[in-house]
Parts: sequence; C-alpha cells; structure tokens
Amino acid sequence: MSADMLSAFVDSAERHHATVHRVAPEEVTATIARLVEAPAVGVALPWGLDLPEAVATDPTPADLDAAETGVTAARLAIADYGSVVLESDAAGSEAVSLFPERHVAVVRAGDVVPGMREAIERLGDRLRDGASAVLATGPSATADMGDLVIGAHGPRAVEIVLVEEAEEMDGHDSGPDSEEDSRE
Amino acid sequence: MSKSKSRAETAARIRHLLDTEGDAVAENTRGFNRGRYESVRELDDYESLKSAARAIKEDAIERIPELIDELRESVEANGGHLYVAADPAEANAYVREVVDGGNVVKSKSMTTEELDLNDALEADGAAVTETDLGEWVLQLADETPSHIVGPAVHKSREGIADLFAETFGLDDDDRPETAEELTRFAREKLLADIREAEVGVTGANFLAADSGTLALVTSEGNARKTAVVPDTHVAVAGVEKVIPTVEDLAPFVELIGRSGTGQDITSYVSLLTPPVSSPPVDFGEADSPVAERGAAGGDGATDPHPDREFHLVLVDNGRLDLREDDDLRETLYCIRCGACSNSCGNFQSVGGHAFGGETYSGGIATGWEAGVEGLDTAAEFNDLCTGCSRCVPACPVEIDIPWINTVVRDRINRGDAADGEGSGSVGFLVDGLTPDEEPAGLDPAKRLFGNFETLAKLGSATAPLSNLVANARPVRGAMDRWLGITRERDLPAFERETLVDWFDARGGPRVSEGLARREAVVYPDVYTNHVAVDRGRAAVRTLEALGVRVTVPESTAVGSGRAPLSQGMVETARRKAERCRDALLPEVDAGRDVVVIEPSDLAAFEREYERLLPADDAERVADGCFEVLEYVYGLLENGADPGGLTTAEDAGGRARVAYHPHCQGKTLDLEPYTVAVLERLGYEVDTSETECCGMAGSFGYKSEYYELSMDVGEPLSEQFGDAERVLASGTSCREQLDALLGSPAEHPIEAIAPGE
Repeated sequence: MSADMLSAFVDSAERHHATVHRVAPEEVTATIARLVEAPAVGVALPWGLDLPEAVATDPTPADLDAAETGVTAARLAIADYGSVVLESDAAGSEAVSLFPERHVAVVRAGDVVPGMREAIERLGDRLRDGASAVLATGPSATADMGDLVIGAHGPRAVEIVLVEEAEEMDGHDSGPDSEEDSRE
Repeated sequence: MSKSKSRAETAARIRHLLDTEGDAVAENTRGFNRGRYESVRELDDYESLKSAARAIKEDAIERIPELIDELRESVEANGGHLYVAADPAEANAYVREVVDGGNVVKSKSMTTEELDLNDALEADGAAVTETDLGEWVLQLADETPSHIVGPAVHKSREGIADLFAETFGLDDDDRPETAEELTRFAREKLLADIREAEVGVTGANFLAADSGTLALVTSEGNARKTAVVPDTHVAVAGVEKVIPTVEDLAPFVELIGRSGTGQDITSYVSLLTPPVSSPPVDFGEADSPVAERGAAGGDGATDPHPDREFHLVLVDNGRLDLREDDDLRETLYCIRCGACSNSCGNFQSVGGHAFGGETYSGGIATGWEAGVEGLDTAAEFNDLCTGCSRCVPACPVEIDIPWINTVVRDRINRGDAADGEGSGSVGFLVDGLTPDEEPAGLDPAKRLFGNFETLAKLGSATAPLSNLVANARPVRGAMDRWLGITRERDLPAFERETLVDWFDARGGPRVSEGLARREAVVYPDVYTNHVAVDRGRAAVRTLEALGVRVTVPESTAVGSGRAPLSQGMVETARRKAERCRDALLPEVDAGRDVVVIEPSDLAAFEREYERLLPADDAERVADGCFEVLEYVYGLLENGADPGGLTTAEDAGGRARVAYHPHCQGKTLDLEPYTVAVLERLGYEVDTSETECCGMAGSFGYKSEYYELSMDVGEPLSEQFGDAERVLASGTSCREQLDALLGSPAEHPIEAIAPGE
C-alpha cells in the first residue's frame, strides 16, 4: 500500500458518502468512542484492537433493532471504489454492520488494495473455503421513492476507521501482504 | 381482428402509457443513461472490461452443463442443495415444499417474476413480502415491473405517497410525502415482515461454479437482510447465471452498476457462499444473543452456521433451447443491467409496460420472451425496437440486441404466414410491386417499407405525378386504413432526375485521373438517388473540390438491404446484400473508395453484412466504405486544401449550427468526424444529446407509432427549438426534424459543399 493509494481510498469513500478517519493503532478505541452514537453494538475486533466500553458485544435481536451504531472490522478495502469488504462470521458481523443506522468499520491500511480485480483475487480462495463477504460502498440507498435517498434498509451513515502503523503514517511502503491473515 | 382496428388499439394503449407513465419513465431512464455515460468515462479500460465480460459469458454458456455439475458439487460440499427445474411448475413446486406455507420475504428477482412464484406460494397460504422498495410498491399496487432494474420507474413520488396513504389508511397529517419519508415508512413496515420471516428468497446476479458463491448486486440492503435474518435461504436463478470462477466476477462487478443506473458500484455486492456462517437473527428469541457469547470478528468465517438451510433453484424454462439457437444464444449473455432499456429512445418515452413482455422489458426482452414465453409474446412488442442500435455500445457484454430483434421479427413474419394472418386486402397490390422471397402473408406495410427500393424507382420514373397521387387525400386515407401509414407525415417526394442521371448528364467525372488525390464512388443509396438528391450532388462537389476523382456508377445504385432488414425480412436483405456486394467490390478492387452518405446504409455494411454475407466479403465491403464526413476529415488530415469549401464565414450569419448525428452513425462513432470538419471550417456546433430522433426509417410513418415517434423526438425540439440552422446526417432524422421544428434540416455535407 502506498500513500497515494490510501489517499485514493479516502477520496473514493467520501465520494460515496462515507467518512474516513486515519488513525494510529493506539487511537482506534478513542476514535470509535467518538464516532458511536448510543446505543451501540459491536463485534470484538481482531488485531489486538479494543472496542470502547460504550460498545456492547454479544447483541440480541432486540439490541440490533434498538442500536444506533454497529461496529465491525473489515477484511479489505478497495482504493478505486472506497469500498470495505465485510466478511461474514459466526459472531454476527453481517447483522451488526447492517441493522443500525450507523456503521463504523475498522480496516487496516495494509489491507487496502488498489482495485476490484485485486480485491476479488484476494477473496477467491476465502470464498472457495466457504467464506462469504459483502463489498460495501457507502451507506445503503434507494432511488425507488421518486428521488435518491441515502439510508434504506441498511445504514445511512458509514464511518471508516483506517488504522495506520507509524511507518505507514510516514508514507513508508510496508507491502500489502505483510500482515495478511493475522486474523485467522 | 382487422389490421386497422388492432393498429388503433395499439395506438390507444401507447397513448395511455405516454400520458400516465411516460414522464416518470423518461425522467428516470434518461437520468440512468446520462449516469452511464459519466460513469463509464471514468474507467480507463471500459472496452477491455466489456470484452472480458463477453468472453467469460461465451465460455460459460458454452459449458453450462459442465458448470452446473461443478456448481452442484460446490453447493453440496458447503452443505446446501441444488435443484435444476425444467419449467416454472417444477421450480415453484420445489420452493413451495421448502416454504411449506411459512412467511417469506423476498429481495428483487426477475426470475421469480418469470415463474410467478409469489402466486404459487400465496396459493399455499404463505405470506410473501417483496422487500425491495420498488417491488414492494408494485406489490401494493398490484402492478408489474416496467424496468428490469428499476421496477417502479413508472411511478411518481406523488403516486407512491397516494398509494401508501390509501393502502394503510393514513390521515393527511401523518402521511409520508417526501422521498425520505416514504423510504423511512417503507423500511419500518418491511422490517416488521423481515422479523417474522421463516424463509428468505433472493435471486442471484452471478453464481461461481468453483465455490458455490452467489453474487447479489443491490443498494438498499434488503437482500442482505433477506438472506441473513431467516434461517432458510432459497435462491432462484436462471441456468445462464453460472460463471466458472470467483475471479470471473471482477469485470461484471465493475460494469453492472455503471451500465445500469450509472453508479460506479452499488452500495452492496454480496458474495454469499451459503449456507453462510452468519447466525440467523431470530426475533422469536429477541433477548437471546444472536451469536455464541464471546465470539469475535472472523470466528467461524468459513463454516456454515449449523442452523442454516440453503436451496439453490436453477431454472431452465427454455434457456437450454435458446443456447442451441445460433441467432438468439447471445440473449443468455445478458446480465440484466437495463442499459438497453435506458439507452433506447422508445423505451425512454413509454417504458416496459409497452416495450416489454410477460416479465422482461427493453431491447433484450425480445430474446428473453421469445426464449422463455414464445414468439407470440415477443411479437406483441418487438416492433418497438427500431434497430437504432444505441443499445449496442451500451451493453456491457456486447450483445447485438438489434440483430436479435431482427431475427425474431423475421420469425414472427413467417409465423404469421403459417396461420394465414396478416394478409390484408391490398396485399396483392403490394405483392405486384414488391416481388421478394418473403412469406406470402407478410404484413403489406412491412412489405411496402421493406421494398422501398422498388417503390423509389417507380416513384422517380413517374415523378412528379407519383408524388401528387401519393399525397392525394383519398390515397392517404387508403394508405392509413390498409397499410397503416399515418396521414400526419409528409411522404418522401421523389425526384425525377436521380443522382446517377444528374452525374451522367453533367458529363461524368471532373477531376482527371492524373491529378486525382484519390478515386471514389459516391454510393447512390436509394434515398440519395431518388429523394434527397441534393445531398448527393453536394457530396460530389465537395469531394471534387478536395481533389478526388468521383464517379457515381449506375451499377452501384442498388439498395443495401437496410429497408428489408428493418422489417425483419432477412432473406430479402440477404439477397440485396449479395447484389450490393457484387456492385461495390469491383469498385473497391479497382482502388476506389466507396463514400456513403446515409448512415443506416453504412451501418448495414459495417454491422449487419457480417450476418448476411461470407465473413471475408463482409470485411472487404466494410473496409472499403467510408461515411462522407469521415472521408472528408481523412482528406483534410492528409493535406487536402479546404479552400474550395463553404466555410462559416462564407455562410454569413449562419455559423452556429445545431447538429443531430444519426443514431446508427453514433454507434459507429462517426459523430466526431462531422463535428471536427464543421469546426475546422469555422462552424460552432451544438450537438444533440438525444440517442435517436424517433423516426427510425419507417417507424414514424406507421399510424400506431406516430405519436410515440413524435414523443421520442421531443428532447430534440427542446434542445433545437430556437436553432437557426439544423443539420442532420440521416434522411429519416431530416424528416423528423422537419416535423418537429417546422423547418427542413440539411445534411452537413450541404453546409460545407462549394456552391453549384
């Protein structure tokens, strides 16, 4: 990942009505705390990152229904489109990213890929292994009610927390594969 | 039913739709179409993505049986079930057994519309709710989709507000009005149904055989909820949706949103490998955690959730026969993006309730309905494809949609003949005028338009009497009644002196062989030779002024086959193409360029001849032919002196020109040459933004389509209403602009030609 690619990701995401927050690992928890609106539900983050206390894990259907915010990790991000790739899991990340009005997605800068082809290539073996994922770009939307409306069945606000290691923040290219699959 | 009565009914139905749905359809589809242009412009490799997508589909359709076997293995290895249904009855029976009268939520699926699945499930007492907002509106209104992608594009916001208020008995105070309010209202209502659902039914945009992954391309998020909230997921898709690998998804994901609604990507592209790992969201146990306590992100991501059940129903319903059909097979490459609808002038005006069959709508619907329902259904709307070809560059899998429409029209013509329909009482008159190889019962109007060449020869030979007779009131009345040629239009006026006669009388070529920069034949197409002779003379003078030795041989005054082709008379077109090839290739072989004025004829040479002639012949004709302004551009680029041409300055105060390129000319990318030449000569060019003028050869002459044709031309009136000078490349565009603006348009070559 290069500094240009990260900027491209930020631009693309914002063009699709998402907001990107570029932070160091130690700022992640506080950043999420600032972005959530209560009540908030979430799925425990991988990569040694912590959710703030305001985010409740192990949500029930009633919690999902009532939540204003859902926080999940994203496996990949796509610079050309500003998309985050949300993988399904047994912890319910799909529902947590979908029901609340606001989705906070946490993705590592090292997991940003340039384009769709690279993203699908990365997903190929995972899907063949049985995984499922959604390429999510901005909030849900509809044009079926006579005009474009942001926020349909899914979230109407998407906040992306882009986690950059110190050397990445200096623009140093650490290579996209350096930390791959540390989540498994 | 008599032909004239059925024409009147068709006209009335179209008029009704123009009045009730036309405005909403026009606004939505033209918006999608503009979005497509903007969105594909951002892609550096648009054309190569389309070719890649096309190649994947060609390969996949070739290997359907093998890929279905592989997909079955993948789905079953994941723990799901795959069922191949031969027809709707089998598909519905399978889904009914799974649903077993339970509550069903659905995301948008055209294939389930094709099956009438909702009716089948409801007959068992199941409550079925469409969760796509557009589909839900139609479910409440008891209407059918009018567009493959935007099912409710024919509904206005006001109409939806009234529908909600009426359906749910809302008072004036609490009824939602704005698009935002309507969306919130629908979301809340539908969430209640999603909570209660036992089964979620989705379609699938693509199915990867190697993994068993299905792709769902959506924006609202309802498909995600449909697939994930209930524990049972049924996906229904045509057998043509299978592609070999996950990696093959990439070009489609980049193309589908751009092509359809002009979004570079939709909000969600779900890649589900069911049964998925996500826990069902069971609102029956609303206070129990959805997942195992303490589960973290990524846990069990590749394991199916134990409570889940998945059924994939693959539907044949005529598709495998379509695959064996050399002319219609391409239909199966369709990814249902809607680009052919949005780029179509007729569709933009009247929508899928006119330009559509039982399920599918727009240009490609002719292939789908012919394959799935049969020719009778395709026959009901096939006329609405005028062959303008604007869908061709829009289609992300490069389907030749006009050809599919032509072939189906040909089959309809022949089918009509078989059951004796369509032989009007003036048939014998037209028969005598137009001997051809088409079935005897062919609609006389189609026969008349298809054989315009014969008529034109007769018309010129007997002009001006022929024009006087043709336009006499009793004759126009009879033409309207028996042939369906509207009285509203002026008929083309035949010139007594054809272009060929004029050229001979003038004494042949004027540039000597020794001094000639190049040698060219100006192709005297039927219209230029008999009707629009002025533009032919202008072409000759222009080329001569640029140092080209021009000839207009009598031998080349043969029709291209465009006219019969547009009526679906493929065998007649083939015969004409062979004759035209025999006339033109000797000129090409002798080193002469063939310069073509009428874009629709050039389009026949460059696009359709490969369907009508041996490949090598078609290629040689196409390579030897140039559109006249394209040719002028080439001459100027290669150093020809434009000094003899009429510049904007010469034209005095008429330097600003409005220009409408012909639809087929746009598809051949000819527009930039005309604009460049005009600008080089100092003209300021305002180019039309519309896809097609709406005239489309014979279409606008037909009484049942006259009003639609004029409506399609409406954007041109709006754009060019105040223009002082209007240029148009096509003959029929010229007729249409004359009708719309009340003043005749010129061919661009007439603007730049030296004076006589």
